[in-house]
Amino acid sequence: METKDLAKPLIRISNLEHSFTEGEGTIHALRGVSFDALAGEVTAVVGPSGCGKSTLLYLMGLLDRPDSGEIHLEEDSVALANDEIRTNLRNTKIGFVFQFHFLIKELTVCENVALPLRKSGVPEKQALRKAKDVLCRLGLDDKCDRLANKLSGGEQQRVAIARALVHSPALLLADEPTGNLDTANSEKVFQLLIQFAREEKIAVILVTHNSEIADNCDHIISMKDGQIINR
Amino acid sequence: MSLFGITLGIAFFVITQAQTSGFEAFFIRTILGTNGAIRISDSFQDMHGTVRSSSKEGKTRFFFHSREGARYTEGIENTELLRNALLHFPEISGISEVLEGNAILNGGSRSQTIQMHGIVLDDHIMVSDVENQIIQGSLSAFESDSMTILLGNRIAQRLMLKLGDRVTIEGGTGNLQLRIAGLFETGVSQIDKNRAYVHLSTSKAFLGKRFSGSIFQLSMFEPEKAPEISAQIQETTGHRVVSWQEREQVWLDVFKALRISSAITVSSILLLSGLGIFNVFAIMVMEKTRDIAILRSMGFKPSDISAVFLWQGAIILVIGIFLGSCVGILSTYGISKIPLRIRGIFSTESFVVNWDLSHYLWAILIAVLFVSIASWIPARRAAKIEPAKIIRETV
Ligand SMILES: Nc1ncnc2c1ncn2[C@@H]1O[C@H](COP(=O)(O)OP(=O)(O)OP(=O)(O)O)[C@@H](O)[C@H]1O
Ligand SMILES: [Mg+2]
Repeated sequence: METKDLAKPLIRISNLEHSFTEGEGTIHALRGVSFDALAGEVTAVVGPSGCGKSTLLYLMGLLDRPDSGEIHLEEDSVALANDEIRTNLRNTKIGFVFQFHFLIKELTVCENVALPLRKSGVPEKQALRKAKDVLCRLGLDDKCDRLANKLSGGEQQRVAIARALVHSPALLLADEPTGNLDTANSEKVFQLLIQFAREEKIAVILVTHNSEIADNCDHIISMKDGQIINR
Repeated sequence: MSLFGITLGIAFFVITQAQTSGFEAFFIRTILGTNGAIRISDSFQDMHGTVRSSSKEGKTRFFFHSREGARYTEGIENTELLRNALLHFPEISGISEVLEGNAILNGGSRSQTIQMHGIVLDDHIMVSDVENQIIQGSLSAFESDSMTILLGNRIAQRLMLKLGDRVTIEGGTGNLQLRIAGLFETGVSQIDKNRAYVHLSTSKAFLGKRFSGSIFQLSMFEPEKAPEISAQIQETTGHRVVSWQEREQVWLDVFKALRISSAITVSSILLLSGLGIFNVFAIMVMEKTRDIAILRSMGFKPSDISAVFLWQGAIILVIGIFLGSCVGILSTYGISKIPLRIRGIFSTESFVVNWDLSHYLWAILIAVLFVSIASWIPARRAAKIEPAKIIRETV
């Protein structure tokens, strides 16, 4: 059963294209990108600045729509799904971590982490308990009731990861999650991502400029000018 | 701050409306109590009108025969016929025949021209508030003696007359000695300065108008209906019939203008509060753009986002309405206790206020309108935030 699940790609993207119109000109950020990602594996996306890594991630995360191409999430075609379906999928199947933590500073750490659960209708107490569990696993149990903006950068990024994982997503998308952190913290955050991917069978797509981190991932996708140049 | 504005706006709205409409209602009560709801006077010769109505009442034919060629007859000629005709109108609650005429009142040392109204007291009580307008003497003293007179109190002041004094009225067919049985005050200075009541029979004899020249003053169960009933009476009887609304049109328009202008003025407070709310929300949307973006990326719907702002607007609105109405009610009550002596178009001893739910409903409606717009626009803007764009721009 498990092997069968693992054999099927969790997310399969084929021939994705995306362009931005800026004034008169058109920028082709993605020119036909295809790859699969399996549950429980970590895929690193690397490449020079401006090659389209973030764009790719936003398309996979259903925050944006491709010009053409297809995205299958757990076998369902989602590239052109309507907003309601996409919004729902983001709430149930996808977790995001960005370079900036995007924590809401008026809320406590626990409340921040519980937000995705609150959205999907989990009662407050239960959501906070679950949030606390996840924070525990990330070594942040003592910071639960602090306001989010009273933490260090590394801690904040770990809280952001907790928030991305609290609803047990199938797909975790991380856009330079360690970009703002020092080496020690980067290493720690990365280890946590790997650990969660393995334990919870999450497909992790990780954009990074750190080659050391990339080398430790299951797969590396190198991009240049909106295309994949090797696998 | 915006809450304070909404509260204040609603309270002011209610208070000013209570006052202006209070004064208006009081004015209407005064004029109804003085001159009745409807006055029927001269008949006029309207060929179509009279011919049409002649078959129904048989009354207007009378005018054709007696006054051939005349365009117009002063007063009502056959009061009994008209009275019977008026019985067909169930809306009319009282009919009083009044004979008006000018006379000179000689109080011994000084004299002045007065408007003498001949009345049948029992009938006139039905159509006016004369019972409550007596400030000295009594109606029973007047009723029991046909050679008595009721004087407007300003006349008495001017001529320095007291209750029980004897006065002479001159003009008409001769002089007449009358005793002052009472003084009245309507509050309408024009009336208090000029009017005197005598017995109808006395005035008929004095003015030599035994059979004609009277007018009818009518009261109604529902004075608001006076214009339609007037039109109907005019149609069927061929008399000139004037409702109080028509008679006092100028004043009623003044009150209406006053009420509307104060409503507009006070609404501007609500408008400003609305702008304040809009401002606060618009800034909030800008400041929270990132938070909104991340919430959207987590699967919060655009409607979830706008709901936050709409809820806040609604809370401000509900609290503002509640507080504003409370302040409005208390202040209105307080104002009604402020002593204030007005004489002129009517008289009162304190601020007149009118309690009317519709003032509150209007205030609430206006507040709801402004606050809804003020929160809806920023809420919509918040809902339209593109998460991908914001996140991309935040590094
Ligand atoms: N909103 C936008 N409007 C116009 N062009 C854009 C927009 N967002 C991205 N681009 C362009 O699309 C291309 C790919 O951008 P993208 O952000 O995906 O690059 P990236 O690989 O993530 O770069 P970095 O490593 O610096 O984050 C770039 O040339 C960029 O200038
Ligand atoms: Mg990027």
